[in-house]
Amino acid sequence: MTELFGYRRPDGRIGVRNHVIILPVDDISNSAAEVTSRVIQGTLSLPHPYGRLQFGEDLELTFKTLIGTASNPNVAAAVIIGIEPNWTNKIVDAVSKATKKPVEGLSIECSGDLKIIEKASRIAKMFLQDASETKREPISFGELTLSIKCGESDTTSGLASNPALGRLVDRLVDAGCTVIFGETSELTGAEDFIAERMATPELKERFMQVYSDYVAFIESQGVDILGSQPTQGNIAGGLSTIEEKGLGNVQKTGTRPIVGVLGPAEAPTGKGLFFMDSPSAAAEMVTLAAAAGSVLHFFTTGQGNVVGNPIVPVIKISAHPRTVIEMAEHIDVDLSGVLSRELSLDQAADAILDVMNRTINSRLTAAEALGHREFVLTKLYRSA
Amino acid sequence: MRYKVLVHVKGDDVGVAVEEIAPGERVSFVSLDEVGFEGLIEALDPIPTGHKIALKEISSGANVIEYGRPIGIAISNVEAGGLVHVHNIRSLRWGG
Repeated sequence: MTELFGYRRPDGRIGVRNHVIILPVDDISNSAAEVTSRVIQGTLSLPHPYGRLQFGEDLELTFKTLIGTASNPNVAAAVIIGIEPNWTNKIVDAVSKATKKPVEGLSIECSGDLKIIEKASRIAKMFLQDASETKREPISFGELTLSIKCGESDTTSGLASNPALGRLVDRLVDAGCTVIFGETSELTGAEDFIAERMATPELKERFMQVYSDYVAFIESQGVDILGSQPTQGNIAGGLSTIEEKGLGNVQKTGTRPIVGVLGPAEAPTGKGLFFMDSPSAAAEMVTLAAAAGSVLHFFTTGQGNVVGNPIVPVIKISAHPRTVIEMAEHIDVDLSGVLSRELSLDQAADAILDVMNRTINSRLTAAEALGHREFVLTKLYRSA
Repeated sequence: MRYKVLVHVKGDDVGVAVEEIAPGERVSFVSLDEVGFEGLIEALDPIPTGHKIALKEISSGANVIEYGRPIGIAISNVEAGGLVHVHNIRSLRWGG
Protein backbone atom coordinates (compact mmCIF):
# COMPACT_ATOMS: atom_id res chain seq x y z
CA MET A 1 0.00 0.00 0.00
CA THR A 2 1.34 3.43 -0.98
CA GLU A 3 2.29 5.64 1.94
CA LEU A 4 0.23 8.84 1.83
CA PHE A 5 1.15 12.29 3.10
CA GLY A 6 -1.09 15.25 3.77
CA TYR A 7 -1.45 18.41 5.81
CA ARG A 8 -2.99 17.95 9.24
CA ARG A 9 -4.86 21.16 10.04
CA PRO A 10 -5.51 22.62 13.51
CA ASP A 11 -9.10 21.27 13.41
CA GLY A 12 -7.81 17.75 12.76
CA ARG A 13 -8.96 17.58 9.16
CA ILE A 14 -6.58 16.52 6.40
CA GLY A 15 -5.67 18.57 3.35
CA VAL A 16 -3.72 17.48 0.27
CA ARG A 17 -2.78 20.99 -0.85
CA ASN A 18 -1.39 23.97 1.04
CA HIS A 19 -2.92 27.08 -0.52
CA VAL A 20 -2.90 30.58 0.91
CA ILE A 21 -6.01 32.18 -0.56
CA ILE A 22 -7.12 35.79 -1.04
CA LEU A 23 -10.91 35.52 -0.96
CA PRO A 24 -13.14 38.42 -2.01
CA VAL A 25 -16.46 38.63 -0.18
CA ASP A 26 -18.08 40.39 -3.14
CA ASP A 27 -17.67 41.26 -6.83
CA ILE A 28 -16.25 44.74 -6.22
CA SER A 29 -13.46 43.36 -4.01
CA ASN A 30 -12.17 41.07 -6.77
CA SER A 31 -9.73 43.66 -8.02
CA ALA A 32 -7.98 44.14 -4.65
CA ALA A 33 -7.84 40.36 -4.14
CA GLU A 34 -6.40 39.72 -7.59
CA VAL A 35 -3.77 42.45 -7.25
CA THR A 36 -2.75 41.11 -3.83
CA SER A 37 -2.23 37.64 -5.30
CA ARG A 38 -0.01 39.18 -7.98
CA VAL A 39 2.05 41.09 -5.40
CA ILE A 40 2.51 37.98 -3.26
CA GLN A 41 3.25 35.30 -5.82
CA GLY A 42 2.29 31.87 -4.60
CA THR A 43 -1.01 32.98 -3.11
CA LEU A 44 -4.25 32.36 -4.96
CA SER A 45 -7.13 34.81 -5.42
CA LEU A 46 -10.64 33.46 -5.94
CA PRO A 47 -12.63 36.10 -7.82
CA HIS A 48 -16.38 35.59 -8.28
CA PRO A 49 -19.31 37.73 -9.47
CA TYR A 50 -21.62 37.87 -6.41
CA GLY A 51 -21.90 38.92 -2.77
CA ARG A 52 -23.87 42.18 -2.97
CA LEU A 53 -27.56 42.72 -2.28
CA GLN A 54 -28.31 39.04 -1.99
CA PHE A 55 -30.88 38.01 0.59
CA GLY A 56 -32.51 35.03 2.28
CA GLU A 57 -31.51 31.51 1.32
CA ASP A 58 -29.46 32.76 -1.63
CA LEU A 59 -27.33 34.95 0.63
CA GLU A 60 -26.96 32.12 3.14
CA LEU A 61 -25.64 29.84 0.40
CA THR A 62 -23.08 32.44 -0.69
CA PHE A 63 -21.87 32.78 2.91
CA LYS A 64 -21.80 29.01 3.36
CA THR A 65 -19.80 28.60 0.15
CA LEU A 66 -17.27 31.33 1.00
CA ILE A 67 -16.86 30.17 4.62
CA GLY A 68 -16.61 26.53 3.51
CA THR A 69 -14.02 27.35 0.84
CA ALA A 70 -11.76 29.20 3.28
CA SER A 71 -12.31 26.43 5.85
CA ASN A 72 -11.36 23.65 3.40
CA PRO A 73 -8.32 21.70 4.69
CA ASN A 74 -6.51 22.35 1.39
CA VAL A 75 -6.33 25.98 2.50
CA ALA A 76 -3.51 26.77 4.95
CA ALA A 77 -4.55 30.36 5.57
CA ALA A 78 -6.91 32.96 4.14
CA VAL A 79 -7.10 36.72 3.66
CA ILE A 80 -10.72 37.83 3.26
CA ILE A 81 -11.36 41.16 1.50
CA GLY A 82 -14.83 42.75 1.35
CA ILE A 83 -16.23 46.18 0.68
CA GLU A 84 -17.62 46.62 4.19
CA PRO A 85 -16.69 45.15 7.57
CA ASN A 86 -19.88 43.32 8.63
CA TRP A 87 -20.08 40.61 6.02
CA THR A 88 -16.27 40.39 5.87
CA ASN A 89 -16.02 39.76 9.60
CA LYS A 90 -18.86 37.28 9.50
CA ILE A 91 -16.75 35.10 7.20
CA VAL A 92 -13.50 35.66 9.13
CA ASP A 93 -15.13 34.76 12.45
CA ALA A 94 -16.82 31.64 11.10
CA VAL A 95 -13.65 30.31 9.48
CA SER A 96 -11.50 31.11 12.48
CA LYS A 97 -13.96 29.52 14.92
CA ALA A 98 -14.45 26.36 12.87
CA THR A 99 -10.85 25.71 11.85
CA LYS A 100 -8.47 27.75 14.08
CA LYS A 101 -6.42 28.40 10.95
CA PRO A 102 -4.80 31.81 10.31
CA VAL A 103 -7.41 34.11 8.76
CA GLU A 104 -7.57 37.91 8.54
CA GLY A 105 -10.23 40.20 7.12
CA LEU A 106 -9.95 43.64 5.50
CA SER A 107 -12.66 46.00 4.30
CA ILE A 108 -12.18 48.53 1.55
CA GLU A 109 -14.71 51.19 2.68
CA CYS A 110 -12.99 54.24 4.23
CA SER A 111 -9.57 53.04 2.99
CA GLY A 112 -9.63 52.44 -0.76
CA ASP A 113 -8.06 49.65 -2.79
CA LEU A 114 -4.42 50.74 -2.54
CA LYS A 115 -4.13 50.83 1.24
CA ILE A 116 -6.04 47.56 1.50
CA ILE A 117 -3.83 45.90 -1.12
CA GLU A 118 -0.76 46.93 0.89
CA LYS A 119 -2.21 45.61 4.17
CA ALA A 120 -3.48 42.43 2.52
CA SER A 121 -0.10 41.85 0.87
CA ARG A 122 1.79 42.15 4.17
CA ILE A 123 -0.56 39.64 5.82
CA ALA A 124 -0.51 37.32 2.80
CA LYS A 125 3.31 37.36 2.76
CA MET A 126 3.42 36.30 6.41
CA PHE A 127 0.79 33.58 5.86
CA LEU A 128 2.63 32.29 2.79
CA GLN A 129 5.98 32.07 4.59
CA ASP A 130 4.39 30.29 7.53
CA ALA A 131 2.51 27.91 5.26
CA SER A 132 5.70 27.09 3.37
CA GLU A 133 7.05 25.51 6.55
CA THR A 134 4.06 23.24 7.07
CA LYS A 135 5.22 19.66 6.57
CA ARG A 136 3.28 16.85 4.97
CA GLU A 137 2.64 14.14 7.53
CA PRO A 138 1.74 10.48 7.07
CA ILE A 139 -2.01 10.12 6.82
CA SER A 140 -4.35 7.24 6.32
CA PHE A 141 -6.76 6.82 3.49
CA GLY A 142 -9.82 6.84 5.71
CA GLU A 143 -9.19 10.37 6.97
CA LEU A 144 -10.03 11.98 3.65
CA THR A 145 -13.19 13.65 2.35
CA LEU A 146 -13.57 13.27 -1.41
CA SER A 147 -16.18 14.03 -4.04
CA ILE A 148 -17.30 12.70 -7.42
CA LYS A 149 -19.15 13.94 -10.48
CA CYS A 150 -19.40 13.22 -14.19
CA GLY A 151 -19.77 15.53 -17.15
CA GLU A 152 -20.04 15.39 -20.95
CA SER A 153 -21.10 11.80 -20.37
CA ASP A 154 -21.80 9.22 -23.05
CA THR A 155 -22.07 5.45 -23.33
CA THR A 156 -18.36 5.07 -22.49
CA SER A 157 -19.10 6.69 -19.11
CA GLY A 158 -21.80 4.11 -18.34
CA LEU A 159 -19.68 1.19 -19.58
CA ALA A 160 -16.30 2.05 -18.12
CA SER A 161 -15.43 5.28 -16.26
CA ASN A 162 -18.47 5.38 -13.99
CA PRO A 163 -18.53 1.70 -12.93
CA ALA A 164 -14.73 1.79 -12.44
CA LEU A 165 -15.07 4.88 -10.23
CA GLY A 166 -17.98 3.18 -8.44
CA ARG A 167 -15.70 0.28 -7.52
CA LEU A 168 -13.14 2.71 -6.13
CA VAL A 169 -15.85 4.60 -4.22
CA ASP A 170 -16.88 1.31 -2.54
CA ARG A 171 -13.25 0.75 -1.50
CA LEU A 172 -12.91 4.33 -0.21
CA VAL A 173 -16.12 4.09 1.80
CA ASP A 174 -15.03 0.70 3.22
CA ALA A 175 -11.71 2.29 4.25
CA GLY A 176 -13.57 4.98 6.21
CA CYS A 177 -13.48 7.90 3.78
CA THR A 178 -16.26 10.44 3.42
CA VAL A 179 -17.43 10.60 -0.20
CA ILE A 180 -19.84 13.23 -1.57
CA PHE A 181 -21.90 12.86 -4.73
CA GLY A 182 -24.67 15.14 -5.99
CA GLU A 183 -26.11 16.31 -9.31
CA THR A 184 -29.77 16.23 -8.31
CA SER A 185 -31.00 16.73 -11.88
CA GLU A 186 -28.78 14.03 -13.37
CA LEU A 187 -30.18 11.37 -11.03
CA THR A 188 -33.47 11.55 -12.93
CA GLY A 189 -34.38 8.08 -14.12
CA ALA A 190 -32.34 6.41 -11.40
CA GLU A 191 -33.55 8.39 -8.37
CA ASP A 192 -35.35 5.25 -7.14
CA PHE A 193 -32.03 3.38 -7.22
CA ILE A 194 -30.49 6.11 -5.02
CA ALA A 195 -33.58 6.24 -2.76
CA GLU A 196 -33.36 2.46 -2.18
CA ARG A 197 -29.80 2.85 -0.90
CA MET A 198 -30.62 5.44 1.76
CA ALA A 199 -29.51 4.06 5.13
CA THR A 200 -32.77 4.90 6.97
CA PRO A 201 -36.42 5.52 6.03
CA GLU A 202 -36.04 9.14 7.23
CA LEU A 203 -33.14 9.72 4.86
CA LYS A 204 -35.08 8.13 2.04
CA GLU A 205 -37.98 10.47 2.70
CA ARG A 206 -35.69 13.50 2.88
CA PHE A 207 -33.99 12.51 -0.36
CA MET A 208 -37.29 12.06 -2.20
CA GLN A 209 -38.41 15.46 -0.89
CA VAL A 210 -35.24 17.14 -2.19
CA TYR A 211 -35.64 15.37 -5.51
CA SER A 212 -39.33 16.22 -5.97
CA ASP A 213 -38.68 19.84 -4.94
CA TYR A 214 -36.15 19.96 -7.74
CA VAL A 215 -38.58 18.50 -10.29
CA ALA A 216 -41.28 20.93 -9.13
CA PHE A 217 -38.86 23.83 -9.53
CA ILE A 218 -37.98 22.80 -13.09
CA GLU A 219 -41.66 22.41 -13.95
CA SER A 220 -42.46 25.80 -12.41
CA GLN A 221 -40.09 27.30 -14.99
CA GLY A 222 -42.32 25.91 -17.73
CA VAL A 223 -39.71 23.40 -18.87
CA ASP A 224 -40.72 19.89 -19.91
CA ILE A 225 -37.97 17.86 -18.29
CA LEU A 226 -39.65 14.66 -19.37
CA GLY A 227 -39.70 15.63 -23.03
CA SER A 228 -36.15 16.92 -23.01
CA GLN A 229 -34.49 13.82 -21.52
CA PRO A 230 -32.59 12.01 -22.84
CA THR A 231 -31.35 14.86 -25.06
CA GLN A 232 -31.13 14.60 -28.85
CA GLY A 233 -27.36 14.27 -28.42
CA ASN A 234 -27.83 11.40 -25.94
CA ILE A 235 -30.20 9.64 -28.35
CA ALA A 236 -27.79 10.08 -31.26
CA GLY A 237 -25.14 8.48 -29.02
CA GLY A 238 -27.34 5.46 -28.30
CA LEU A 239 -29.14 6.29 -25.04
CA SER A 240 -32.84 5.42 -25.36
CA THR A 241 -34.54 6.35 -22.08
CA ILE A 242 -34.07 8.55 -19.03
CA GLU A 243 -33.71 5.40 -16.89
CA GLU A 244 -30.78 4.24 -19.00
CA LYS A 245 -29.10 7.64 -18.78
CA GLY A 246 -29.64 7.88 -15.02
CA LEU A 247 -28.36 4.35 -14.39
CA GLY A 248 -25.19 5.12 -16.34
CA ASN A 249 -24.63 8.20 -14.21
CA VAL A 250 -25.17 6.57 -10.81
CA GLN A 251 -22.75 3.70 -11.52
CA LYS A 252 -20.06 5.99 -10.14
CA THR A 253 -21.70 6.08 -6.71
CA GLY A 254 -20.85 2.40 -6.16
CA THR A 255 -23.10 0.18 -4.09
CA ARG A 256 -22.74 1.22 -0.45
CA PRO A 257 -25.55 2.65 1.68
CA ILE A 258 -26.00 6.43 1.59
CA VAL A 259 -25.69 7.78 5.11
CA GLY A 260 -26.66 11.42 4.68
CA VAL A 261 -28.57 13.95 2.59
CA LEU A 262 -26.83 17.34 2.57
CA GLY A 263 -27.91 20.78 1.45
CA PRO A 264 -25.63 22.59 -1.02
CA ALA A 265 -22.18 23.33 0.51
CA GLU A 266 -23.20 21.60 3.77
CA ALA A 267 -20.34 19.70 5.39
CA PRO A 268 -20.89 15.99 6.06
CA THR A 269 -20.86 15.09 9.73
CA GLY A 270 -19.48 11.58 9.55
CA LYS A 271 -17.90 8.93 7.39
CA GLY A 272 -19.45 7.14 4.44
CA LEU A 273 -21.29 8.06 1.27
CA PHE A 274 -23.29 11.33 1.25
CA PHE A 275 -25.71 12.83 -1.26
CA MET A 276 -25.50 16.62 -1.62
CA ASP A 277 -28.35 18.50 -3.28
CA SER A 278 -26.49 20.35 -6.03
CA PRO A 279 -26.64 21.53 -9.62
CA SER A 280 -25.12 19.31 -12.29
CA ALA A 281 -23.10 22.15 -13.84
CA ALA A 282 -19.50 20.99 -13.39
CA ALA A 283 -17.79 24.02 -11.85
CA GLU A 284 -20.72 24.81 -9.54
CA MET A 285 -20.92 21.29 -8.19
CA VAL A 286 -17.14 21.02 -7.60
CA THR A 287 -17.17 24.45 -5.89
CA LEU A 288 -20.00 23.32 -3.57
CA ALA A 289 -18.26 20.00 -2.81
CA ALA A 290 -15.05 21.90 -1.98
CA ALA A 291 -17.03 24.21 0.31
CA ALA A 292 -18.44 21.08 2.00
CA GLY A 293 -14.86 19.97 2.74
CA SER A 294 -13.88 17.74 -0.18
CA VAL A 295 -10.10 17.81 -0.69
CA LEU A 296 -9.96 15.76 -3.89
CA HIS A 297 -12.46 15.41 -6.70
CA PHE A 298 -12.95 12.61 -9.26
CA PHE A 299 -14.50 13.68 -12.54
CA THR A 300 -15.48 11.14 -15.19
CA THR A 301 -16.08 12.33 -18.73
CA GLY A 302 -16.99 10.83 -22.09
CA GLN A 303 -16.79 13.62 -24.64
CA GLY A 304 -14.24 15.57 -22.58
CA ASN A 305 -15.00 18.15 -19.87
CA VAL A 306 -12.03 20.35 -18.87
CA VAL A 307 -13.15 21.62 -15.43
CA GLY A 308 -10.80 22.37 -12.52
CA ASN A 309 -11.03 24.12 -9.14
CA PRO A 310 -8.70 26.61 -7.45
CA ILE A 311 -8.23 24.70 -4.19
CA VAL A 312 -9.23 21.10 -4.95
CA PRO A 313 -7.34 18.87 -7.40
CA VAL A 314 -9.80 17.47 -9.96
CA ILE A 315 -8.79 14.08 -11.38
CA LYS A 316 -10.23 13.60 -14.86
CA ILE A 317 -11.10 10.10 -15.99
CA SER A 318 -12.18 9.08 -19.49
CA ALA A 319 -12.67 5.83 -21.39
CA HIS A 320 -13.54 7.43 -24.71
CA PRO A 321 -10.87 6.31 -27.21
CA ARG A 322 -11.04 9.61 -29.10
CA THR A 323 -11.14 11.89 -26.02
CA VAL A 324 -8.06 10.31 -24.41
CA ILE A 325 -6.10 11.07 -27.60
CA GLU A 326 -7.56 14.34 -28.87
CA MET A 327 -7.88 15.87 -25.39
CA ALA A 328 -4.99 13.99 -23.79
CA GLU A 329 -3.72 17.06 -21.93
CA HIS A 330 -6.92 17.12 -19.85
CA ILE A 331 -7.15 13.45 -18.93
CA ASP A 332 -5.40 12.08 -15.82
CA VAL A 333 -6.65 8.50 -16.10
CA ASP A 334 -7.11 6.78 -19.47
CA LEU A 335 -9.59 3.91 -19.14
CA SER A 336 -10.12 3.29 -22.86
CA GLY A 337 -8.59 -0.15 -22.24
CA VAL A 338 -11.86 -1.22 -20.60
CA LEU A 339 -13.65 -0.97 -23.96
CA SER A 340 -10.97 -3.04 -25.70
CA ARG A 341 -10.98 -5.48 -22.74
CA GLU A 342 -7.32 -4.85 -21.94
CA LEU A 343 -8.45 -3.60 -18.51
CA SER A 344 -11.02 -5.15 -16.18
CA LEU A 345 -13.18 -2.78 -14.14
CA ASP A 346 -11.17 -3.69 -11.03
CA GLN A 347 -7.92 -2.90 -12.82
CA ALA A 348 -9.51 0.34 -13.98
CA ALA A 349 -10.36 1.16 -10.34
CA ASP A 350 -6.69 0.38 -9.47
CA ALA A 351 -5.58 2.83 -12.19
CA ILE A 352 -7.72 5.61 -10.67
CA LEU A 353 -6.43 4.72 -7.19
CA ASP A 354 -2.83 4.97 -8.38
CA VAL A 355 -3.39 8.48 -9.78
CA MET A 356 -5.31 9.40 -6.61
CA ASN A 357 -2.36 8.36 -4.43
CA ARG A 358 0.13 10.27 -6.54
CA THR A 359 -2.15 13.34 -6.55
CA ILE A 360 -2.46 13.21 -2.76
CA ASN A 361 1.34 12.96 -2.58
CA SER A 362 1.60 16.24 -4.52
CA ARG A 363 1.55 15.31 -8.22
CA LEU A 364 -0.36 18.10 -10.01
CA THR A 365 -3.50 17.10 -11.91
CA ALA A 366 -3.94 18.04 -15.57
CA ALA A 367 -6.42 20.74 -14.52
CA GLU A 368 -3.97 22.18 -11.97
CA ALA A 369 -1.11 22.20 -14.49
CA LEU A 370 -3.32 23.84 -17.12
CA GLY A 371 -4.49 26.50 -14.66
CA HIS A 372 -8.16 25.48 -14.54
CA ARG A 373 -9.40 27.30 -11.43
CA GLU A 374 -13.12 27.57 -11.90
CA PHE A 375 -14.67 29.01 -8.74
CA VAL A 376 -18.39 29.33 -9.40
CA LEU A 377 -20.93 30.24 -6.76
CA THR A 378 -24.43 28.81 -7.10
CA LYS A 379 -27.06 31.55 -7.28
CA LEU A 380 -30.53 30.47 -6.17
CA TYR A 381 -32.42 33.55 -7.40
CA ARG A 382 -31.83 37.15 -8.45
CA SER A 383 -30.45 39.75 -6.07
CA ALA A 384 -32.39 42.68 -4.67
CA MET B 1 -10.55 -12.40 -28.23
CA ARG B 2 -12.08 -9.22 -29.61
CA TYR B 3 -15.52 -8.30 -28.28
CA LYS B 4 -17.63 -5.90 -30.26
CA VAL B 5 -20.39 -5.91 -27.65
CA LEU B 6 -20.02 -5.26 -23.91
CA VAL B 7 -22.74 -6.20 -21.43
CA HIS B 8 -23.02 -4.45 -18.04
CA VAL B 9 -24.25 -7.45 -16.06
CA LYS B 10 -24.94 -11.08 -16.92
CA GLY B 11 -28.67 -11.43 -17.50
CA ASP B 12 -29.09 -8.07 -19.25
CA ASP B 13 -31.35 -8.17 -22.32
CA VAL B 14 -29.06 -5.84 -24.22
CA GLY B 15 -25.38 -5.19 -24.83
CA VAL B 16 -23.62 -2.05 -26.06
CA ALA B 17 -21.66 -2.03 -29.33
CA VAL B 18 -18.14 -0.68 -28.84
CA GLU B 19 -17.55 -0.87 -32.61
CA GLU B 20 -19.92 -0.52 -35.55
CA ILE B 21 -21.64 -3.80 -36.41
CA ALA B 22 -23.06 -4.69 -39.84
CA PRO B 23 -26.25 -6.73 -40.35
CA GLY B 24 -25.50 -10.43 -40.63
CA GLU B 25 -22.24 -10.05 -38.71
CA ARG B 26 -21.69 -12.59 -35.90
CA VAL B 27 -20.03 -10.83 -32.98
CA SER B 28 -18.81 -11.86 -29.53
CA PHE B 29 -20.09 -10.27 -26.35
CA VAL B 30 -18.86 -10.40 -22.75
CA SER B 31 -20.24 -9.09 -19.47
CA LEU B 32 -18.11 -6.58 -17.52
CA ASP B 33 -19.10 -8.06 -14.14
CA GLU B 34 -17.07 -10.72 -12.30
CA VAL B 35 -18.90 -13.45 -14.22
CA GLY B 36 -17.42 -12.45 -17.58
CA PHE B 37 -20.37 -14.11 -19.29
CA GLU B 38 -19.57 -14.64 -22.98
CA GLY B 39 -21.54 -15.46 -26.09
CA LEU B 40 -22.09 -14.90 -29.79
CA ILE B 41 -24.88 -12.95 -31.40
CA GLU B 42 -25.77 -12.38 -35.05
CA ALA B 43 -26.79 -8.80 -35.76
CA LEU B 44 -30.03 -8.30 -37.72
CA ASP B 45 -29.68 -4.53 -38.03
CA PRO B 46 -26.76 -2.15 -38.37
CA ILE B 47 -25.68 -1.31 -34.78
CA PRO B 48 -23.79 1.99 -34.49
CA THR B 49 -21.08 2.36 -31.83
CA GLY B 50 -22.61 3.13 -28.44
CA HIS B 51 -25.99 1.69 -29.40
CA LYS B 52 -27.67 -1.41 -28.00
CA ILE B 53 -28.22 -4.85 -29.52
CA ALA B 54 -30.80 -7.33 -28.16
CA LEU B 55 -29.03 -10.42 -26.82
CA LYS B 56 -32.32 -12.33 -26.61
CA GLU B 57 -35.85 -12.00 -27.87
CA ILE B 58 -37.81 -9.29 -26.04
CA SER B 59 -41.61 -9.44 -26.33
CA SER B 60 -43.74 -6.37 -26.74
CA GLY B 61 -44.78 -5.14 -23.28
CA ALA B 62 -41.81 -6.71 -21.47
CA ASN B 63 -39.31 -4.72 -19.41
CA VAL B 64 -35.93 -4.21 -21.07
CA ILE B 65 -33.12 -4.98 -18.64
CA GLU B 66 -29.73 -3.23 -18.65
CA TYR B 67 -27.43 -2.66 -15.61
CA GLY B 68 -29.57 -5.46 -14.13
CA ARG B 69 -32.53 -3.06 -13.94
CA PRO B 70 -35.41 -2.04 -16.20
CA ILE B 71 -34.47 0.83 -18.51
CA GLY B 72 -37.85 0.85 -20.25
CA ILE B 73 -40.54 -1.26 -21.85
CA ALA B 74 -40.59 -2.85 -25.33
CA ILE B 75 -43.30 -1.34 -27.55
CA SER B 76 -42.88 -4.02 -30.23
CA ASN B 77 -41.33 -7.47 -30.38
CA VAL B 78 -37.56 -7.27 -30.64
CA GLU B 79 -35.71 -10.24 -32.12
CA ALA B 80 -32.34 -11.31 -30.76
CA GLY B 81 -29.73 -9.38 -32.72
CA GLY B 82 -32.02 -6.40 -33.36
CA LEU B 83 -31.21 -2.76 -32.63
CA VAL B 84 -32.82 -1.62 -29.37
CA HIS B 85 -33.54 2.09 -29.32
CA VAL B 86 -36.27 4.74 -29.21
CA HIS B 87 -38.16 3.07 -32.11
CA ASN B 88 -38.92 -0.07 -30.09
CA ILE B 89 -38.61 0.82 -26.38
CA ARG B 90 -39.89 3.67 -24.24
CA SER B 91 -39.41 4.96 -20.71
CA LEU B 92 -41.44 3.33 -17.93
CA ARG B 93 -41.69 6.70 -16.22
CA TRP B 94 -43.59 9.17 -18.18
CA GLY B 95 -44.91 7.27 -21.15
CA GLY B 96 -42.19 9.17 -23.03
